[in-house]
Formats: sequence, structure tokens, C-alpha cells
Amino acid sequence: MAEHELLAATATETAGLIADGVVSSDECLNAWLDRAAEDRLNGYLWKADRAAAMRGVDPDSGAPGAGVPVAVKDIFCTTGVPTTAGSRILEGYIPPYTSTALSRLSASGMPMIGKTNMDEFAMGSSNENSAYGPVLNPWDHGRVPGGSSGGSAAVVAGRLAPWALGTDTGGSIRQPAALCGIVGLKPTYGAISRYGMIAFASSLDQCGPLTRDVTDAALMLSRLQGRDEMDSTSVGIEGGVELPSAVDLNGLRFGIPADLIGEGLEAGVRKVFEQTTAAIERLGGSIESIALPHSDHGISAYYVLAPAEASTNLARYDGVRYGMRESEDDLVSMYEETRGAGFGPEVKRRIMLGTYALSSGYYEAYYGRAQRVRTMIVRDFDKAFGQVDFVVTPTSPTVAFGLGEKTGDPWTMYLNDLYTVPMSLAGIPAISIPAGTAGPAGGGPELPVGFQIAAPAFAEQSLLEAAFALEREIGFEQEPQEVER
Amino acid sequence: MIEREQVLHVARLSRLKLSEEEVAALEHELSSILDHVDRLTEIDVEGVEPTSHVVPLENVLRDDLPRPSLDRDRALEGAPDPHDGAFRVPSPQAEA
Repeated sequence: MAEHELLAATATETAGLIADGVVSSDECLNAWLDRAAEDRLNGYLWKADRAAAMRGVDPDSGAPGAGVPVAVKDIFCTTGVPTTAGSRILEGYIPPYTSTALSRLSASGMPMIGKTNMDEFAMGSSNENSAYGPVLNPWDHGRVPGGSSGGSAAVVAGRLAPWALGTDTGGSIRQPAALCGIVGLKPTYGAISRYGMIAFASSLDQCGPLTRDVTDAALMLSRLQGRDEMDSTSVGIEGGVELPSAVDLNGLRFGIPADLIGEGLEAGVRKVFEQTTAAIERLGGSIESIALPHSDHGISAYYVLAPAEASTNLARYDGVRYGMRESEDDLVSMYEETRGAGFGPEVKRRIMLGTYALSSGYYEAYYGRAQRVRTMIVRDFDKAFGQVDFVVTPTSPTVAFGLGEKTGDPWTMYLNDLYTVPMSLAGIPAISIPAGTAGPAGGGPELPVGFQIAAPAFAEQSLLEAAFALEREIGFEQEPQEVER
Repeated sequence: MIEREQVLHVARLSRLKLSEEEVAALEHELSSILDHVDRLTEIDVEGVEPTSHVVPLENVLRDDLPRPSLDRDRALEGAPDPHDGAFRVPSPQAEA
């Protein structure tokens, strides 16, 4: 089998080729290691050699997905492999243990071909906050891939990896998947263990797959999900996850939150969104208007809650137990100088914001109120799911924007997550699938547009079935320039 | 509106050393972010319970049994200044 055919296959197809003996797991790994070595996107922060990729992996185990290499966001602790979370403060850090999510993929026989670039501590929507330089969008090297799982999205879209693992706190899987023209799934909070995943905002963080298609997302999720004794908030998905097979959407109801889809939405993105809802109707689904009256406050609540949690989670980077240290004067100066030198501007901004929101005299006004607004957003979804089976929105209000275009004003950058944050606050699963292409507002070649579908907690199987049927109807076939070359 | 003194106070609480430029930038940026966040005060949250966890879980317990944990030498491997089986830090008191 020719190498370009192997690289063109989805992860699920590749696993089938290996299981049927058409390709050996060895040939497959070599082809992908060669491909990853050609990374011109700054997508990888660390690349494995054969021995490192194969450590603890039996690629011929016959487990689902066995032999298909996987790229992993550099936020997952990996024994013996540098793990930086995109931060200078963890430069050179080699964890003494491995995250449960990665251990599960290894146990399924998937070699790990590299650690992918990301916004520092997963804080960002453009990957420009990485201490190791931005990732380039494979569709246009002058544009961002989205974030924070920008490296994972770019290497899958640019065919530098068959599939990848990412994390999502307010949209960090779905938004880069949309901007790079691939599938990204954020599972229900609690579906997958967070053990060994470097913490950003613990009540929101959840890992998930970034893949070429919906079937691959289902396959990877089926290997990741489950209860883990090391994370007492993990519960798994009852009944597991199977590969989807739905061919229509008969009798299913899809709700559009009118409150949320208004200003700030690019005309090209709106057009693709409308075409996609028409595709839902062709498949027998119905489109209804629903109310999520508090969701437009999602970003405000999120930018209190997530920084508050981050400010406490990041207290551990103090120059004592791991990572870098600056100054040997007195203890407090050592803390302050280490953290001042080790964290980048966005991380400092969020630590400051979170500390302020939790500080004496402001706690109830900010944190307490934001937690109550979160309850109202959760209730809005509960009510909506009494009326419809799914909630649909564009994944991102715009297509991929230019490098440096939104770095001047934090709030402008935060608004990228307008459509993804409410689902994170509610803890519910949501998937972004590529739905078409559109020209950016300022003119230029067409770029991918994502369509987001959200479902009630732990309804991953029905979410994947609907996404699978819709994916086939859309028939998105375009490839980025990185692939055509 | 966040003033310079507040930025310095929060930086102290956060154990962050900031440059003059960073202090000036944060004064402006935090004020601007909080202007947006202050829209939350438009919502009536009277009687609404705060959400701290979205998945209904209670009393996740396991048997309290001794089991192996991370080896001490491995735990010290990543430390900037391991010494005599412990993490060594500078003196908590500034030199006079």
C-alpha cells in the first residue's frame, strides 16, 4: 500500500488495515513518524522516536484502534517525556507519572508520536499564548489554528498525525477543530478521568478527541471514557460508546438559541450555519427556536470562574517542587521572581483576575454571583432539553483570524468562545464538525467553518449518531494547502 | 475601575513580581475586563443556589487502605534544589 494512501485513511480505516494485515503496525508508525518530522506548523513541542513511541504499547493487541499513532496535547503528564503545558515555568519538567487518558490509549495499542503545542496552561483561543511560539493554521500559515488545543488541531488537519488528544475548558477542543476543518468532541464533564492532566479550571476541564471524522471521535472516546479511581469526579459513560451508524435524523428536534446567535457572527459563518440546518431538515430532523436566556452572560461568568479556579490551581508553580526557579534571596522573593519570570502575560492576567475575584470584599460580588449565574445557565439547558434533543450553534463566530489580529484586547479574544462556553459551564457534551467554508470578513481565500451540536449530559452516543448522519449529508471534502502541497 | 494600588495588592496576594509596564497594562486590562464582567449584576440571582459541580455525585468513597505511592527519589527528580531527601528552599526571612 502506497504511503499517501495510508496517510489519507482515517484512524478507524487505518486500524482496519492493520487488523486485516494489509499494512503492518510497523509500516504505519514509520510513515507517521516521517510525516510528523515534516512539521512546518510548530504543531509539535516534542516528537517521539520509534522506541519512545512504542513504550508500553502493543500495537498488535487487536484492541480497537490498535497500531494507529496518536498525537497528545502537551498538558498530559507522560513518564519520562518533557511536559510543559506550553509554559516556560515547566521547561525541562519530566513527570514521574502518566495521565490516565494517555495510559488508556497506550493500553489500546496506540503509539504516542508527539506532544502538541498549546496556549500556556490551556489559556487562549489562538495558540499565540504558547511560550514556544504560535502554531500556524494549515489552511493559511498567516492565520491562527484556534486554541488552546491548536497544536492538536493543526497536526490532524495538516495530516501530521492520524488523530490527537486535546482538552477543553471553555471551547479549547471545539474552536480549534472548527478553525482547522476537523472534528472535535468535548465529552460530558466526568466522562473521562482528569488524572495527570495539568489543571486549569478543575470544574470545567475535560479531555477529548480531535479527529478527521465523527467515527474516529467515537472510536477514541470509547477507549478514553470510564471511571478512574484516581479521579473521584470521573464516572464514565454508562453502556460505553459504539461506532455510530445513523443514516437519518427522523423525528429528532434541534434547537437554535436565538438569544445567542446575533451580533458578531460573520456573514460567511452564518450562511454555512443556515445551510447546515437545512441539511438537518433534509435528513428528517426539525429545527426549532429555543431560549437560553442567560447564555449570553456565559462569557462573563466564565471569566470569573475559570480564572478563580486557575489562580488556585497555579499556586503550585512556586519554584519548590518542579520546573524553574529564579532568585535564592528569601522565600517570598523566590516565589515572586520565579512566577514573574515563568508565566506569560495571559496567564498572569488570569491569575490576577482570579485572585481579585476571590479576594476579601469581592468574593460574593464576583465569584458567588458567577456561580449562581452558572446555575441559571444549567437550568436554561435543562429546560431546552425538555423541548429538543440537541442544541445547535456555529462553533465560532468567525473563521480563522490572522496572527496578531486579536492580541491587542483580551475581551475581543475571549469572545471567540461565545458559543462554546455555555456548554462547558453546563458540563454537557458538544461536538464541532466541519460544515463548509467561508471567506473571512476582510476578504481572502475560503476557510473552514464548524457546526456545533450539544446534547444532554452523558448522551454522547446519540450526539455521535446525529453528527455522523449530518457529516455524511454535508460531505465536507476540502483539504488545507498543507496536505495538497 | 482598578487602580494601581489594587494591582500591586493583588500581585502580592498572587506572589507575582510584575514590571512597571506590566502593572500599567494590568491596571487598564483588568478594568476593561471587569467592566464586561460587571454585566452579571444585571441578573437577579436572588434565591439561586451556586453551582460548584455539574455532575450529581455524592460521597465518592473508597476503602482507606495503605498502598504504594510515588517513590521519594522520583518525587525529588524534578525539583530545582533537592537536598538530603527533601525540597530545599531559601530562608523564609529576608537577610537584614
